[in-house]
Amino acid sequence: MDSVILKTAIRFLLPLLLLASVFLFLRGHNEPGGGFVGGLLASGAIALYAMTHSAAAARQVVRVPPRFLIGAGLLFALVSGVAPLFFGRPFLTGLWTTITTEGLGKLHIGTPLLFDLGVYCVVTGVTLVFVFSLLEE
Amino acid sequence: MNAQAVVILPIALPLATMVMLLLSLKSIPAQKVIGVVGSTGLLLSAATLAWLVDRDGILVLQAGNWPAPFGITLVADRLSSIMVLLAGLMVFAVSVYSLASVNDRRVSFGFHPLIQLLLMGVCGAFLTGDLFNLYVWFEVMLIASFVLLTLGGERRQLEGAIKYVTLNLISSAVFLAAIGVIYAATGTLNMADLALKLRSFPDEGTVSVLSMLFLIAFGTKAAVFPLFFWLPASYHTPPVAVSAIFAGLLTKVGVYSLIRAFTLLFVTDLEFTHNLLLLIAGLTMVTGVLGAMAQNEVRRILSFHIVSQIGYMVMGLALFTPLALAGTVFYIIHHIVVKTNLFLIGGIVEQRFRTGRLDRIGGLYRSAPVLATVFFLSAMSLAGIPPLSGFFAKLTLIRGGLEAERYAIVVAALVVSLLTLFSMTKIWTEAFWKPVPGDAMTNVNFPRRSRAGRACLYGPAILLASVTVGIGVMAGPVMNASMATAEQLLDQNAYIQAVLPDGPTGQVPAVSRERTSP
Repeated sequence: MDSVILKTAIRFLLPLLLLASVFLFLRGHNEPGGGFVGGLLASGAIALYAMTHSAAAARQVVRVPPRFLIGAGLLFALVSGVAPLFFGRPFLTGLWTTITTEGLGKLHIGTPLLFDLGVYCVVTGVTLVFVFSLLEE
Repeated sequence: MNAQAVVILPIALPLATMVMLLLSLKSIPAQKVIGVVGSTGLLLSAATLAWLVDRDGILVLQAGNWPAPFGITLVADRLSSIMVLLAGLMVFAVSVYSLASVNDRRVSFGFHPLIQLLLMGVCGAFLTGDLFNLYVWFEVMLIASFVLLTLGGERRQLEGAIKYVTLNLISSAVFLAAIGVIYAATGTLNMADLALKLRSFPDEGTVSVLSMLFLIAFGTKAAVFPLFFWLPASYHTPPVAVSAIFAGLLTKVGVYSLIRAFTLLFVTDLEFTHNLLLLIAGLTMVTGVLGAMAQNEVRRILSFHIVSQIGYMVMGLALFTPLALAGTVFYIIHHIVVKTNLFLIGGIVEQRFRTGRLDRIGGLYRSAPVLATVFFLSAMSLAGIPPLSGFFAKLTLIRGGLEAERYAIVVAALVVSLLTLFSMTKIWTEAFWKPVPGDAMTNVNFPRRSRAGRACLYGPAILLASVTVGIGVMAGPVMNASMATAEQLLDQNAYIQAVLPDGPTGQVPAVSRERTSP
């Protein structure tokens, strides 16, 4: 795609879209959103960059190979499943903790967030594998 | 970690192995090492699980600590743990075999991670106690199998894959529709809860429709008559290591689901469901073996025999007596080992001659005596010659048939057994006894293998052949285990009690049903 406007705009859009994807990912805990749609948005942003510039340039943006993201995502999900076993709870039981920080107030985080992060990474990785393979065909 | 955590290991270990394989996809030696180590780990965890289940009875794990029937329940009873153990043994054999038979290009495309994904799906399907979760594991398994089937992208692979994918997608759609209907009718998908609710379900017509939907869905996966034709069309096309694991495990997941559905869920109208199953069993046996007789390629013959033997497994289920069900369990144990091994041996033959066509090969008795011995043991076991494992499996089934006074199926089973022997003898005489055909001499290109390469090919075949002999020699203990499994399957209340210790949810009267022979 050879559009100067899009090519220039995507440079500014890419960080915004990635930020929005993180927002969606974190919002997903209690409201619509989550790792899946967040991952899709992130990979959509990178796909846009890949289409306007080149797949090679987009690979530079991602830094790690997409299949690495798949592996890492699965690892996160697996860890969130196995972790409760060490506390004598069944597989996949949510473990929660509250962290008090100065600026942000109380943070209630747990293993389901880690699982969702795994989903985020797997979705991004799989979509990017598709996009890059098709663009480099 | 407690004993229940072991239930999750056959699912979590392949996942962990897959993660490590994905993170090291660039390095082919690492792929091979991690693949084999992961498979060994799976085998060991499966053995532990089987030992625990044998000692402690049914093990239940409520994933996420959500009580049944709301959360996802994993249940390991005797049948599940036996199936998982066999899956572990097969993936171990096939991983070692693949070291010398799957080329580096396929390995770099992700052969090993896909095998682990496939096993995760297979073990998940064996262990789950929830119908929708079963569907999910089926899909995990099918997605992995679609890619494994086409990995490498040869023309005939794609041709076989189209039929395989189409038929399996249709059966998945039927399965999903059946899940939707059963959820609408009963409001639950937990198998133990379903078993309770279906017992006293007021509308018998709905239950019959449901049982038939599940029969079609699982029957297609299990390759029973008349839904089997995707199997012989696709199993001879991928690399041997892939078709061996498919032959050993995939249809058996369908058979396992059939057993689960028709021993736990749909046992209210035995007259209808189990008589239909018996008819299907007979037709599956006969069509499968007749199809095999018309074939002239090693793996095609073996593929049709899978279909034929699925018939035997369904036969025991249809007779629905403890003895016959024990026969089914024994047959599955025997079949998975022997069938995988025959595919592995067929693969070695194909590698030698670069073809599996019987008119192009020969003389293996002289040139490869070890291979001949291993094949002979497995083939005779498949045909049911004493004292090998197949004999005891068939004997139990036939005794079950006689006991239930269903003589037609007994006759069919015996005739099909004879025809299986004929078909195995055909491979034996053509591939092993007959001198090498003249035109084959010119294009025979015996690949010179290193000692390690030969060990990787022959090791698993010898291992599985000795397991076959072992099952024959140790028929007593195996028979006891099968009998215990069958009794556990018929004791639905124990299963329900294990999953729902606090009793049923909702208004269900506790009816203890009398078992009636169909």
